Amino acid sequence: MVASWLLGRLSWHAFPTALVTEGAAISIVVGVLIVLGLITYFKKWPYLWREWLTTTNHKRIGIMYLIVAFLMLIRGGSDALMMRAQQATSVGAHNGLFSVSTFQQVFSAHGTIMIFFAAMGLMFAIINLVMPQQLGSRDVAFPFLNATSFWLFAAGAVLINLSLVIGDFSAAGWLAYPPLSELKFSPSVGVDYWIWSLEIAGIGSLFSGINFMVTILKCRAKGMTMMKMPMFPWSVFGSMTLVAFAFPILTVTLTLLYLDRTLGMHFFTAGAGGNAMMYVNLIWAWGHPEVYILVLPAFGIFSEIVSTYSKKRLFGYTSMVWAIWAIVFLSFTVWLHHFFTMGSSADVNGFFGIMTMLIAIPTGVKIFNWLFTMYQGRIKFANPMIWFMGFVFLFTLGGVTGVLMAVPPIDFQVHNSLFLVAHFHTMIVTGVVFGFFAGLNYWAPKIFGFKLNEKLGKIAAYLWIVGFVLAFGPLYILGFMGATRRLDHYAASTGWQPLFIVAGIGVLIIAAGVATQILQFLVSVLSRHWQRDPSGDYLNGRTLEWATASPSQEYNFAHLPEVKERDDWWRMKQDGEPPSKLPYRAIRVPVNSPHPIIIAACAFVAGFGFIWHIWWLVGLALVALLVTIFTHTLSDASGERIIPASEVKAIEETWLKKRELAK
Amino acid sequence: MSKRIKKFGALGLVLAITIGLLAWYLSTHSIPVFETGGVLAAKEKGLILFALLLAVIVVVPTFALAIMIAVKYNEKNITKKTKYQPDFDHSRLFESIWWGIPIVIIGILSYVAWNSSHTLSPYKSLAADKKPLVVQVVNLDWKWLFIYPEQSIASINLAEIPVNTPVDFQVTSDTIMNSFWVPALGGQIYAMPGMITQLNEEATKLGNFAGSPANIAGAGFSRMDFTIRSASLNDFNNWAENARMANRPLTSMSYAALAKPSESVPVSYYSSVEPNLFLNIAMKYMMPMGSQMSPQNSANRKVLLPPRRAPMMEGMN
Repeated sequence: MVASWLLGRLSWHAFPTALVTEGAAISIVVGVLIVLGLITYFKKWPYLWREWLTTTNHKRIGIMYLIVAFLMLIRGGSDALMMRAQQATSVGAHNGLFSVSTFQQVFSAHGTIMIFFAAMGLMFAIINLVMPQQLGSRDVAFPFLNATSFWLFAAGAVLINLSLVIGDFSAAGWLAYPPLSELKFSPSVGVDYWIWSLEIAGIGSLFSGINFMVTILKCRAKGMTMMKMPMFPWSVFGSMTLVAFAFPILTVTLTLLYLDRTLGMHFFTAGAGGNAMMYVNLIWAWGHPEVYILVLPAFGIFSEIVSTYSKKRLFGYTSMVWAIWAIVFLSFTVWLHHFFTMGSSADVNGFFGIMTMLIAIPTGVKIFNWLFTMYQGRIKFANPMIWFMGFVFLFTLGGVTGVLMAVPPIDFQVHNSLFLVAHFHTMIVTGVVFGFFAGLNYWAPKIFGFKLNEKLGKIAAYLWIVGFVLAFGPLYILGFMGATRRLDHYAASTGWQPLFIVAGIGVLIIAAGVATQILQFLVSVLSRHWQRDPSGDYLNGRTLEWATASPSQEYNFAHLPEVKERDDWWRMKQDGEPPSKLPYRAIRVPVNSPHPIIIAACAFVAGFGFIWHIWWLVGLALVALLVTIFTHTLSDASGERIIPASEVKAIEETWLKKRELAK
Repeated sequence: MSKRIKKFGALGLVLAITIGLLAWYLSTHSIPVFETGGVLAAKEKGLILFALLLAVIVVVPTFALAIMIAVKYNEKNITKKTKYQPDFDHSRLFESIWWGIPIVIIGILSYVAWNSSHTLSPYKSLAADKKPLVVQVVNLDWKWLFIYPEQSIASINLAEIPVNTPVDFQVTSDTIMNSFWVPALGGQIYAMPGMITQLNEEATKLGNFAGSPANIAGAGFSRMDFTIRSASLNDFNNWAENARMANRPLTSMSYAALAKPSESVPVSYYSSVEPNLFLNIAMKYMMPMGSQMSPQNSANRKVLLPPRRAPMMEGMN
């Protein structure tokens, strides 16, 4: 009695017994202990605390997003390898490498982690790292909130991985449709882990969405009207508008599911008036916009890259802006195409089919605008452009398969099959992931201060492209052969095995691509002294981030720029505008704060309590969370630190001298 | 230059081998979505090919354009004659073209989508003149129960249907949600507890068509394959007659035993089926918890059952 009050559902049985999960659990625990041990040994805790864990600077936060997102990419990628290994071997009399339960947890984790923690993480990383500079701003609108967003995101990521060590993870797929995700069919803590890691990270995302919207609306440089803004902030604005509208739906839906599971309510159960179809509608009302939340910023990145590497203005700027907003609007009117097969009437299916196809129009327009940005330009095919070209071809083909599935009767034949899996991976991998990698290579000096190794970058891009075609080409065919998604086993008579093996080889090649990227980063770090970018503008860039040092100064701009045109940095260089002669002035920058990480820690503990039904812990954590918020609100009125004019002058003069020398 | 030729030669060789292997694989394996055995599947295949053709019309020129621009304006291939217009960023004509062409293509496809959504609706009976054979499908943990109300027989994991005869599959679930998909016949529909969905099919060929349970449904999800066998009317009648001799009635009692979780269940038959069993299975989720329902009562409330409009309403459109 006392034990159950004290520990809820937690007991010794919660620790993994299967070999695979045990191995994963042990390696995670050992890995974390080694990292903590090293930090302690080198006495880096004070440095880490002062410079990173409590920082509210957008660039530092961006780098922390990047680290978490990359770790999660590797975790999700390992899941992908396990899935392919299982499906290549689990045929006929053979049962494959993993148990059914492990396999189902693995694919559920793969989808969840890749979307929420890898893709979203990379997106928020890049927005944080360069968008304020592009706007000619010193930081985001709410630096404290920004740090809180990041730590909530990190707390969600830790919580989802904790499921490997304590308890288990959901086996209900990445969107956990009821009734499967209801208590009756998923009695363990797995689905609760899924719910609470997404609740916590999702609230962080909502904060980010609001924060970046306000940043774009209120923190642009003087003279930068909306229509003079670079394309990346425009795309972020579209994306964050979607975040602000879509994420609350997710939060509420997850809460309702948790109430079903915990308090015996019946929102989505099959019986007692519950309706699982309502869940499916709600989750896709978030889920479809989510796709565009991810892909719009990637479009923005491509717009910047194509223009810079072609040494030309972006073609059809106004068209591009309209295309973004057409996509934003339409993305909320198509969610039903995820379940044409649920038995809606022909009118409803027909309507949503047409709305879905309409999105292809603005997307197609964007592709043509990029191609004509290259037209009559001078194109340098550095590795961001390789990613871009891979994107143009593969994403267009993915779009074709998407339009195909928008025709309801065609969808009836391929829905829930591997054709569908291949389609959405084409959109998200070649659209989103290629875009973010291109962006990271492009902006690397702004982020790290040095360029990334070009040769290894190119090899990585080619490995990803070839690996992608091999990994997902076979899935399109398998779909037509009747192979459904999430199979842990199939009959030998189907003849699917050769294609699954090819797909597995494809994933291995992608893994080689990731390994090359890690190597690329290490080589670049080691050769950083030769790869520095003293000019701050190694590509002869067009937008304002290239007017700052590499990496950007803590305050980005000593004198806030005044903008006259689009691509204003390009104009300044063309006009030969001299650097500002105004005297240096003291600059206010946001002060460090321990509160964001404490708030996230409280949310994490509360989440853990919710998962295991340890109610006293939930209460305690929530009280601590509120106290932290109040403490922050009351204790720190200004939230700003002042960098004196002399210091600004010293930093700027050193940099400008270096820049002159670089010329 | 010769280095370049070597590079492209090697690339061509790899491509040729890949295409050869692919052609061999495709010619030696069955692809039910394209090797159709049903009316619906054949029409859906036609739609897929039509949409692909339309896509090719747009995609091929786009790719050609992309390659041409990428090659011509590559800074390595620049000659004195290659134009450079760094400020060329707008052309009403060009932009009208690429807003216009997708609008036309999508316009055509939208028309096709709207029409085909109606003509190929799974709720629509395929032949007005013939009376369809009703097969009631129940998704269980982890097998498929097929009830033939007119024949008063039932089978597990195999359903035989007469060829060239419309079949009305009425689908529900007594557990987790699943999806009832027979690729060779065309289309799928979700099987959901407390709901009855419909899938109208008509086989045009004789043979065994593999069914693919298509929505993740728990631990036994991969081991609940089923077959739809299309046979001549005579064979079908014999099959039904044989099932009737199984001497194993399907009553509420034996159904309760059947509904218990089990995997890789072999094909088996029930010689008779309790009237209204299917409706009772679907209706029990509509009741307040714990209350029981008589078959009589559930039959009267039939009108509540379909989650969407009843099939006859669909026909009136």
